[in-house]
Amino acid sequence: MTAETAEPAVRTDRSAREDVPPERGRGSGLPAAGFLAPFLLLYLLFIIGPGLYGLIMSFFDTSAVKPGLSGFAGFGNYAEALQSGDFWSSLWHTLWFTILTTPPLIIVAFLLALLADRVKHGRWFFRLAFFAPYILPSAVVALIWIWLYTPGLGLIETALGKIGVTAPNWLGDPNWAMPSLALTTLWWTLGFNFVLYLAGLQEIPRDLYEASSMDGASPWQQIRSITIPMLGRTTTLVAVLQVIASLKVFDQMYIMTSGGPNFATRSILQYVYDQGFTNFRIGYASAVSMLFFLVVLAVSAVWFALVRRQEKEV
Amino acid sequence: MTVTRRSLLGGAAAAAALGLTGCAGLTPGRRSGGSLDYWNLFGGGDGVRMAQMLDTFRAANPGITLDAVTLAWGNPYYTKLSLATLGDKPPDVAVAHLTRMTTMVEAGLVEELHADDLARHGLTADKFASRPWQAGLVEGRTYAIPLDTHPFVMFYNTDVCEKAGLLDSSGALSPLDTPEKFTDALRKAKEVTKAYGGVVAITNETATPWRIFQSLYSQLGGEMLADQGRKVVIDDGRANRVLSFLQGLTRSGVAPASIDYQGSIASFANGQAGFFFQGEWEISTFQTAKTPFSMTLFPNVFGGGKYAVQADSHTLLIPRQPDRDPERTDRALLFIRSMLDQSKTWAEGGHVPAWLPFRDSAEYKAMTPQSNYAAAADAAVYDPAGWYSGSGSNFEIITGSIIASVMAGQQSPASAIAQMRDKLTNLATTAPPV
Repeated sequence: MTAETAEPAVRTDRSAREDVPPERGRGSGLPAAGFLAPFLLLYLLFIIGPGLYGLIMSFFDTSAVKPGLSGFAGFGNYAEALQSGDFWSSLWHTLWFTILTTPPLIIVAFLLALLADRVKHGRWFFRLAFFAPYILPSAVVALIWIWLYTPGLGLIETALGKIGVTAPNWLGDPNWAMPSLALTTLWWTLGFNFVLYLAGLQEIPRDLYEASSMDGASPWQQIRSITIPMLGRTTTLVAVLQVIASLKVFDQMYIMTSGGPNFATRSILQYVYDQGFTNFRIGYASAVSMLFFLVVLAVSAVWFALVRRQEKEV
Repeated sequence: MTVTRRSLLGGAAAAAALGLTGCAGLTPGRRSGGSLDYWNLFGGGDGVRMAQMLDTFRAANPGITLDAVTLAWGNPYYTKLSLATLGDKPPDVAVAHLTRMTTMVEAGLVEELHADDLARHGLTADKFASRPWQAGLVEGRTYAIPLDTHPFVMFYNTDVCEKAGLLDSSGALSPLDTPEKFTDALRKAKEVTKAYGGVVAITNETATPWRIFQSLYSQLGGEMLADQGRKVVIDDGRANRVLSFLQGLTRSGVAPASIDYQGSIASFANGQAGFFFQGEWEISTFQTAKTPFSMTLFPNVFGGGKYAVQADSHTLLIPRQPDRDPERTDRALLFIRSMLDQSKTWAEGGHVPAWLPFRDSAEYKAMTPQSNYAAAADAAVYDPAGWYSGSGSNFEIITGSIIASVMAGQQSPASAIAQMRDKLTNLATTAPPV
């Protein structure tokens, strides 16, 4: 969960880098190292150190309630995870969530940014309105949506009932639970991608639009031939950050469904949590974390390579 | 709405408590003088009553600085308690469910309570209800002092039941001691409420489905685990009977097939259901909501001559600490005794007191509806022994999720039993981490 709270900071950092093209001189290694030292120290202390410790623990039967590493397990924990149906199903749930959330979070954010950019008056209001949910803590978002989805009394069910539609059992039906969580996440985190797109839109030189409209280009042609290509770099950034953020899903599922109904929404991170903190099997949980780390690494690398190549083609 | 606000406040209190624990470790001189750290997991009405009891203790012992911390219920609480004890920074006294305490004892995290120390504070076995006292012993030794028994009970709306003709001339509910009578009562109540007969939380809920299943299954004499959790011994015939019965309730429409915990409370509080099945602790909710209700033992649907009901007990224990000062132990026992002496306050929240001096008193017997179900304490069936079992444990999450899916009509009893056996066998065959 530490990673989750640190995430927005990392994101802003990257987006800032995106907006300001690098124009640094070379040399002066020592002062640079001095400036980097505090960050490196913290990075070593809280990321590299625990990461390595986790890697070591994954080869032992480490227990949360016994001191020391306990017995050496070799690749036993890894073998157990790869043979466990629960491991594979929770890994699939995380991937399924990523598949469900990534496209709408990119497309809807882009469309809303486009609309907000066109607004002549009160643009600040739309910017705030779309971004506001993003600053809410996960627990607040979860509580709001639990009540919206509540069977029998929920706002959505009541509203749909008024127009004669029978609402599904949002969080209670194993087939609907994941799409319901994806919808909540869309509302909650859309704002971040929206702001990135809005910034990207404002960077596009206005004269391009002026020139094209003199040539008789329709608004649709302008969007297709100017806006989308000019936003290529933003889209790459948004897509990569979004895939990583979606793969890290934990909070909203843990709070809203606790992984249910009947484990239909248990994410891989909750599986790690269940094994490590509830069953006290820290060694096994570390092995699962390492496997998941490899998956994130692989997915990000492939995804990054794909969008990068596409960007170059454009 | 009261319910939401309360759970929100509960969450805020837990969050504040987390902050407090974070700081406590940094306060210099924490160990010196008459300080006492106490951890518990009580939210809602229980939290309010516990705060009253702590204030009484503070008033009676001005020399002792009591630092009480409330943490989120369930697994997060036990994780924190275990890790704090392992890190040699445990509280002096902690609450633990009886069914979770044993695993902590096996992990070596709990101090044994010696009879002579206990006797100095008047804490002897004969002063406690025998079921929670006996169930709490580990290899014959005492590690925890039971505060109560909290059984699964039946709440019923007195107005609805009267209109449905379910009350006798003295106003008592006629016994629902066969599956037919039970279903029939719910059906009659439904005709009055026009909504539901009875409600059981199913959606996004695991503990409640487990509790109702376990109550009925143990009435049939069924067992889930054996050999300290190393063997899964589900009885297909009995489990199937219970699951089919539960599925029948939602299928016939006398109980909703999708309703979450808060929703089940809301519909009973609003008179949309004649019956509500849950632990007795929800008593305060309905008193606040001014629902016309009473409470009684969960019906003996399958038991015949022998009654059984799912329950757990809150216990107070002393987490292990190296080089323990005997004075600290003494102070902890003084605190435990004070909590027991305030059993009346605790019983108002619905719990059946374990402390016999109060439980046998006329005062408790006059307390209704609390004393109506006092007999549940002696018929209490605790969760089976096993390192992964107990209140809020992975055992309850697995069984509860699967039972809920049957009640929601998402899978058949037979496939649910197969799934339960499969998932539990995974845990049973894993080497215990304690």
